[in-house]
Order: sequence, then structure tokens, then C-alpha cells
Amino acid sequence: MLADIFINPFVDMFAAPDFLMQVLWEGLVSGILYALIALGFVLIFRSSRIFNFAQGIMVVFAALTLVGLHAYGVPAWISVALTLGVMFVLALTIERVVLRPLVGQPDIILFMATIGITLFLIGFGETIFGGENKVMISSELGIPTGDTVMEPFGGLLILQHLDITVVIVATLLVLALLAFLNYTQMGRAIRALGDDHQAALSVGISLQTIWVLVWFIAGIIALVTGIAWGARAGVSFALEVIAYKALPVLMLGGLESITGAIVGGLMIGMLEKLFEIYWGQPLLGGNTETWFAFVLALIVLLFRPQGLFGEKIIERV
Amino acid sequence: MKDTEGYVTADGRQIGGVLMEMRDITLKFGGVVAINDISFDIREGEIRAIIGPNGAGKSSMLNIISGFYTPSVGEVWYKGSKRPPMKPYEVARQGVARTFQNIALFEGMTVLDNVMTGRLTHMHAGVFSQALWWGKARDEEMENREKVEKVIDFLEIQAIRKTPVGRLPYGLKKRVELARALAAEPSILLLDEPMAGMNVEEKEDMSRFILDVNDEFGTTIALIEHDMGVVMDLSDRVVVMDYGKKIGDGTPDEVRNNQDVIDAYLGVPH
Ligand SMILES: Nc1ncnc2c1ncn2[C@@H]1O[C@H](COP(=O)(O)OP(=O)(O)OP(=O)(O)O)[C@@H](O)[C@H]1O
Ligand SMILES: [Mg+2]
Repeated sequence: MLADIFINPFVDMFAAPDFLMQVLWEGLVSGILYALIALGFVLIFRSSRIFNFAQGIMVVFAALTLVGLHAYGVPAWISVALTLGVMFVLALTIERVVLRPLVGQPDIILFMATIGITLFLIGFGETIFGGENKVMISSELGIPTGDTVMEPFGGLLILQHLDITVVIVATLLVLALLAFLNYTQMGRAIRALGDDHQAALSVGISLQTIWVLVWFIAGIIALVTGIAWGARAGVSFALEVIAYKALPVLMLGGLESITGAIVGGLMIGMLEKLFEIYWGQPLLGGNTETWFAFVLALIVLLFRPQGLFGEKIIERV
Repeated sequence: MKDTEGYVTADGRQIGGVLMEMRDITLKFGGVVAINDISFDIREGEIRAIIGPNGAGKSSMLNIISGFYTPSVGEVWYKGSKRPPMKPYEVARQGVARTFQNIALFEGMTVLDNVMTGRLTHMHAGVFSQALWWGKARDEEMENREKVEKVIDFLEIQAIRKTPVGRLPYGLKKRVELARALAAEPSILLLDEPMAGMNVEEKEDMSRFILDVNDEFGTTIALIEHDMGVVMDLSDRVVVMDYGKKIGDGTPDEVRNNQDVIDAYLGVPH
């Protein structure tokens, strides 16, 4: 029994390194999407102290809008542009109708407001686009199908072209976001607001502008993850679950850390796959991916309450 | 003195007309009257000090000028017109920069990035051109960088440009905060106890910087300070507050010889 836990899995990994690579690759594909979603959470949390419960439904809503517009005969790429427009209007509306009137309320009220946004988007999405499952317009968007087979260590490694595309696009988006945050004035304003509200106001940062901006960024992230996940699993309200995968990432990475979101996302994506294949399936009958990340995060929190990368808690005046 | 007339200081500097004027300001927090019917003005190019014992209402006054607090009664006049109620960020965009009594910096960001945020009041390029690093945004970024580097040189903090602010000692943080405010090229600079908690040498440096800023850029400065020696050396005119009231207003010499002020500072019971 102890050998099954502490020895055999590693023996298996060394015996078939090609398979290990396959497992890690698949973990990476999910991981980068978790990282993206977590980044959306972190940006909103840092600039408004709001834990955005609606992030998951925004993924569904973006994917539904995209597929729905296309179903009305709008060309694929124009649908993408229009969906971005819709996400922007959504960000504007949320700021104006929900956030602005609630400014200064306790955090829990704002959290509840995002539950309200979630319920609204579920109802609104169903009314306009219908609740039944849809197919992502992958080929219309030029997302390649098929796969590339490689033979590392004389073994076999299969890379789905869809997965390769997802990893490339998501990586580019993460890098673009980092560049935006670090090298533009608006990006500095977003980070500044996360560090100190008073100081941010004193240098002329408008809360409202930043809020619209971070919610729009969350909307862009929602669309990209919606396309990526939708292309694998279809477009339905079940897509929401990908956002719940961001929760353990946030517990691990810290709610305020941009680095934490990215590293945490990749770590969880890969570790949960590794655990499932080498421990979960042989020992626990599989299906560990639904809970593994949470348990891992809880264990980490026992030792580091601020998360792995949690930034120092800054007192607010 | 008329509003538009200036005066010449003891050290021969020409001071201009009224830049900022507080008229009959009262500020209440529930039952506490933090500021009780105070009026005074700040003139173009001058260094104006606000002094007074703890809890006198000095910071509250600065918070009103910078838009963080809204007075219960009274008017703020700026550049010749009455200022409507404004949010702090709107006030900042009108050329009012400030530092805080308890240092408010962006601790996770580098010194350079902190000072760069001081340029946000001069941002014209839209979000989208910034996101795409387009023409106008790029030119602006370059221009901002140049100005910021000058401020950094001016305040002699080149060596720590890339250091995250959270790691700096207290005295340097105060200087970075001043740098961020200066980067805005403000019409008026508000400093809330810029020398509090500093040692003698650091105080001397900070005094020199404040004088240099005023001298080189002609920036109008309003500062709160506890150290009487410093105040007397630096400032052209002084407002003295005590328990929310104004008990003195004039040149350092006038204020020093004012009986109410002497009483307040010696702690004569009210
Ligand atoms: N936000 C606030 N809410 C409630 N009361 C406040 C607030 N800000 C200031 N006060 C009160 O107003 C009074 C004046 O405070 P203020 O900070 O302006 O004094 P100060 O002159 O700056 O004192 P110090 O020298 O200690 O900094 C105090 O009684 C303070 O408790
Ligand atoms: Mg004070």
C-alpha cells in the first residue's frame, strides 16, 4: 500500500516518460485556462475588493453570445468583435448600475451583487439564446482540428491542434495583459488602485474608469476561455465550472497576486492531472480532478494562510 | 493685500495673487467640529505652512483642499472661481498634488512606477491606443518617462529607481512620495508633515528639496509641519490652528509673537 503511494507512481513516471509528458501537456492546457480566469478574478478583486462570483457565468454568456450571433448569420470573426462589444457594454452597465450605487458598502454586499449579476445573466442568456447545448464555431474561427504525433524517448506524444492553439492564444493573452499592466499608464493605474485606494485617488485615478476596464478585461478573458473550453466540451451552462476551478487557484496563489494567479493556475492544472493519472485512477477509482485542487489548496493554506504568493496585507485607511 | 496683488518676501521673492482660497470653512464629523469657520488664502509661488497642536484639524484642512473631505459649510476658491463639489481624482486633475501624513505609496510597485503614476493626471491617450501601444500612447509614455527621470534626478533617488517601494526605509519613502506628487507638475503641492519621523539629516535634505522645488519650478506649496524651527525657516506665511479654530495667520515673525499662539503651544488651558 505505501509503495503504491510513495514509490510505484514515480517508477511509472520514469518507466514511461513519454506518457508523463502527455499527462503534463494536458495539465498545462487546462492550467493556462485556469490561470487566465484567476487573473480575471485577481484584477477585479484588487481594484474593488469584490470577489466576482459572476466570472463563471460570464464565460458562458460570452460563448453563448458568440455562437448565438453566428447562428443569426453573422460571420464568425465579426461575431467575435460584436461579442467583445457586448462584453464592453456589460462592463459599463455593471459599473453604472451595480458597482457605483454600492460603493462603500461592506464587501459581502458587493459579493452578493455579483451573485445577482450571475442570476441575471443566466436568465438573460437563456431568454435570448435558449438553454440547450450548442456547438462552438471552432472551424469557422479557423481553430485547427487533428493532431501532431511525436515520439519522445521512443514513445508516443499526441498533441491535439486545438490544444496547441489554446496554449498559444492563452499564453499570448497572458503576456499581453502583463505588458499592459506593467508598461502602460492605464496598467499602472490598475495596479496602483490595487495597492492603495487613497494614493490612487490623489494621483487622479478614477475608480469608475478602472472598474469598467477590469470588468472588460474579465469579459475578454471570459470570451477566450469560453471559446477554448467550448471547443472541447460544447457550449452550455456547464461551462461555468471552469470558473470554479479558479477558486483553488486563488486560494493557492492569493487573491491579490497576479504572479500567484498565473503560477497557481499552471500548477493546479498540471498537479491535478498528475494526481488523477498516477494516484487517483489506480488507488481511488479516478475522478479526483473535481476535488483534488481544493484539497491541495486547503493543505497549502494550513501552512501559509496568505497563499503561496499572497502579498502583504495592506491596511486601508 | 488685494487678491490680485502680490507681495515680496523677506528673502526677496515675488509672490503672486491668490491661487487657492478657503472661505468660512467648517467641517463636522458627527458631533466633532474638526474645523470651525476658518478662512485663509494661498498665494501663487508662496510656501504656506499650517501648524497647530495634535488634533487641531490641519490634515482635515488639507483633505478639504485635495477633495478627500467635503466641508460642511464654506467654499473653496481655486484660480479665481468657486470650486463645485469634486472627487479627489478630479481635484488632482486640476493640478493639486499631495502627500499623506502616513505615507500612501503603491508598495508593490517600483519607485519608477510609483513616480510614473504621478503623470496620470496628464494622460490623454485612450485605453485602447495604450493597450495596442499606438502612436499617441507611445509618444506620451516616452514624454512621461523623460519628465519622471528628471524628477528622480532632482530628488536624488536614481539609485533606487527599480526598487519596490515596500522595501525602502521610511525617509526614502517620504521622498518617493514627494517625487510622485512632483511628477504631476502641480500648480499647488500639499505636503502633510513631510518631515515627520525623520532624523536631523533627513529633515535638512527634505527642507532643501522643498525650497528647491519652490525656487526652480515656482510651485506653490502648502505644508503641515510640527517642527517649529523648520516651519519658521521654510515658510513665507503661516496659518495656526488650534481645536479647529484659526488662532493666527501671518509671517513667521508675526505668528511667533502672537499671544494666542504662544498660549496654544505652551498648553495654556482653554
Ligand atoms: N475621517 C474622520 N472621521 C472622524 N473624525 C475625524 C476624521 N478625520 C479627522 N477627524 C477628527 O478631526 C479632528 C482633527 O483631526 P486632524 O487629523 O485634522 O488633526 P491634525 O491637526 O492633522 O492632527 P495631527 O497633528 O495629529 O496630525 C480630530 O479630532 C480627529 O479625530
Ligand atoms: Mg494630521
